[in-house]
Amino acid sequence: MSFTETLRGSAGKLRGNAVKPPPDGSRPQPGWRRYWPMYAAVSPFFLLFAVFGVFPVAFSIYLSFMSWDGIGDMKSIGWENYEYLVTDPDFWQSIANTLIIWVLATVPMVFLALVIAYALHTTVRFKAFYRVAYFVPNVTSIVAMTIVLGSVFSDSSGLLNSMLRVINAGEVGWLSDPWAMKVSVAAITIWRWLGYNTIICLAGLQAISSDVYEAARVDGASNRQTFFRITIPMLRPVILFVVITSTIGGLQLFTEPQVMFPDDSGNVGGPGGEATTIVLYLYQQAFIFNRFGYGAAIGWALFILIAAFSIINWRLVAGRSEDATGTGKGKKKGKGRSRAR
Amino acid sequence: MRAETAARVRTILGHVMLMFGALITIFPFYWMFVMASNTTGDIFAYPPKLIPGSHLWENMNKVFDGIDFWGSMGITVVAATAVTFLVLLFDSLAAFAFAKYDFPGRRVLFWIVLATFMIPMQLALVPQFVTLAWLGWVGSLKALIIPGAANAFGIFWMRQYAQGAIADELIQASRVDGAGFFRQWWTVGLPVLRPGLAFLGIFTFFHIWNDYLWPLIVMTDPGKVTLQVAVQQLNGVYTTDQSMVIAGAFMSVIPLIGVFLIGSRHFIANLAAGAMKF
Repeated sequence: MSFTETLRGSAGKLRGNAVKPPPDGSRPQPGWRRYWPMYAAVSPFFLLFAVFGVFPVAFSIYLSFMSWDGIGDMKSIGWENYEYLVTDPDFWQSIANTLIIWVLATVPMVFLALVIAYALHTTVRFKAFYRVAYFVPNVTSIVAMTIVLGSVFSDSSGLLNSMLRVINAGEVGWLSDPWAMKVSVAAITIWRWLGYNTIICLAGLQAISSDVYEAARVDGASNRQTFFRITIPMLRPVILFVVITSTIGGLQLFTEPQVMFPDDSGNVGGPGGEATTIVLYLYQQAFIFNRFGYGAAIGWALFILIAAFSIINWRLVAGRSEDATGTGKGKKKGKGRSRAR
Repeated sequence: MRAETAARVRTILGHVMLMFGALITIFPFYWMFVMASNTTGDIFAYPPKLIPGSHLWENMNKVFDGIDFWGSMGITVVAATAVTFLVLLFDSLAAFAFAKYDFPGRRVLFWIVLATFMIPMQLALVPQFVTLAWLGWVGSLKALIIPGAANAFGIFWMRQYAQGAIADELIQASRVDGAGFFRQWWTVGLPVLRPGLAFLGIFTFFHIWNDYLWPLIVMTDPGKVTLQVAVQQLNGVYTTDQSMVIAGAFMSVIPLIGVFLIGSRHFIANLAAGAMKF
């Protein structure tokens, strides 16, 4: 049976109206003749997704219960990978590092993106120039620019410390101090993604109908009131998008810390592993130390983390926007939930 | 009069802030050029040299000695071009079907496409590598091209675009003329979808060109890597000659900035539109 036929069969079943079998060759099968091009058109994605998506994901569950170096035999070890995972201090450190870098990057970035977008929205001149200037980091190579910024952050001879010395502010161990390392990685992330998020926020601002502002002006609302009562609430979906994409991106951070702290000995993530993110740790365990089973288990931990954070984000921002409509729907929902508990 | 002055002051303050921010964003590009065109000694001297020097050619030549720059560039160009072509082909076909045709299971299938967004690629990193190893693709261009040849984002984005851009009457007219699905896709769909395809194409091309983690894992032959991996290898080996390393970074970034500046307005507008549709 071909792949498209499989798809057709299952899709028909899902809808509850399975395509009829061909009537004894007397007439061409109408459904098949009509629909096969559409299934053929969508099948490349599903075929690739089956081979490089569904199968690996399913296989990674199996693999996470194995001990395997990628060459020898797989050995079933039950929950051992997961048991080791929860007691592995390096794993927990990588989670803490990732979350700290994520907060250090996302909070200032979302704030700055909103401010810059608002400034751009109210500015008439040079808008095209600003948009390109802010956006260009996003399309340039992360590897190349991390190398460049890494040398700017260099402890002994970097530009940043040279400037700090000029104003007698002392030196910061941008690539050696546990906190400064995270700040450096966060700074590169902000540099790279600020423009993107600004453009999204700007599009959100431009999508708000001028009628709403007109009405507010007629009712005598001040600029401040308009901004906090209209602009921000109406931007909630856009802010949600920005926060969720930043969270998912932040939890998957890999290239910046990997490039910034090159180390042939496999001790990735800089001195003391203080900039080892979860994906970097996964890479190190699986592809440097050849612990494929353990790498798969880390992958699942990452998945759970991303899912949890997406749900929390969704609840926080979506929940509040319900309150903002003044229907009290959000409150009622909260009460219902606490009663159920 | 006073209100006017206040408004003007606010505008000027706004520009000062925006300009300051733009300077900070652009500075690393300038600094990259400064470092790539000076000797390592000059940049890391105290005080450092802040203006471009005359050693760019020299540093670039050292890059050619250090890594197979053109070979890596070739691999990157071939992979990015092939993926872009396949993504445009497969995603536009799927999007055309999802947007304009009713067939049993359409909603469910499209829902699955959307759901695949949610799975972080890193989750399946290890088994994906194992799958490729079993297929015997590790180290070959196939590993870079095939897994990314159709993607959920492109289908979603092109479907939204097709729904708005292609009039049902056009499809009905071509059906009356006896055109089948693929003919309609080719003659009615593609010409109308061209602006959307241009954006998706540039987006995909940039994405593959810049990708690092995946090529780092699957291109296991040190002599056959993508540009990003090659530049990072340069960084790992020659950390003492920063100017040369940065010259390599500079050379890997220039084509991207060029392409972006040509189509920036179109590209940014589409990206924003895509995000707003979620």
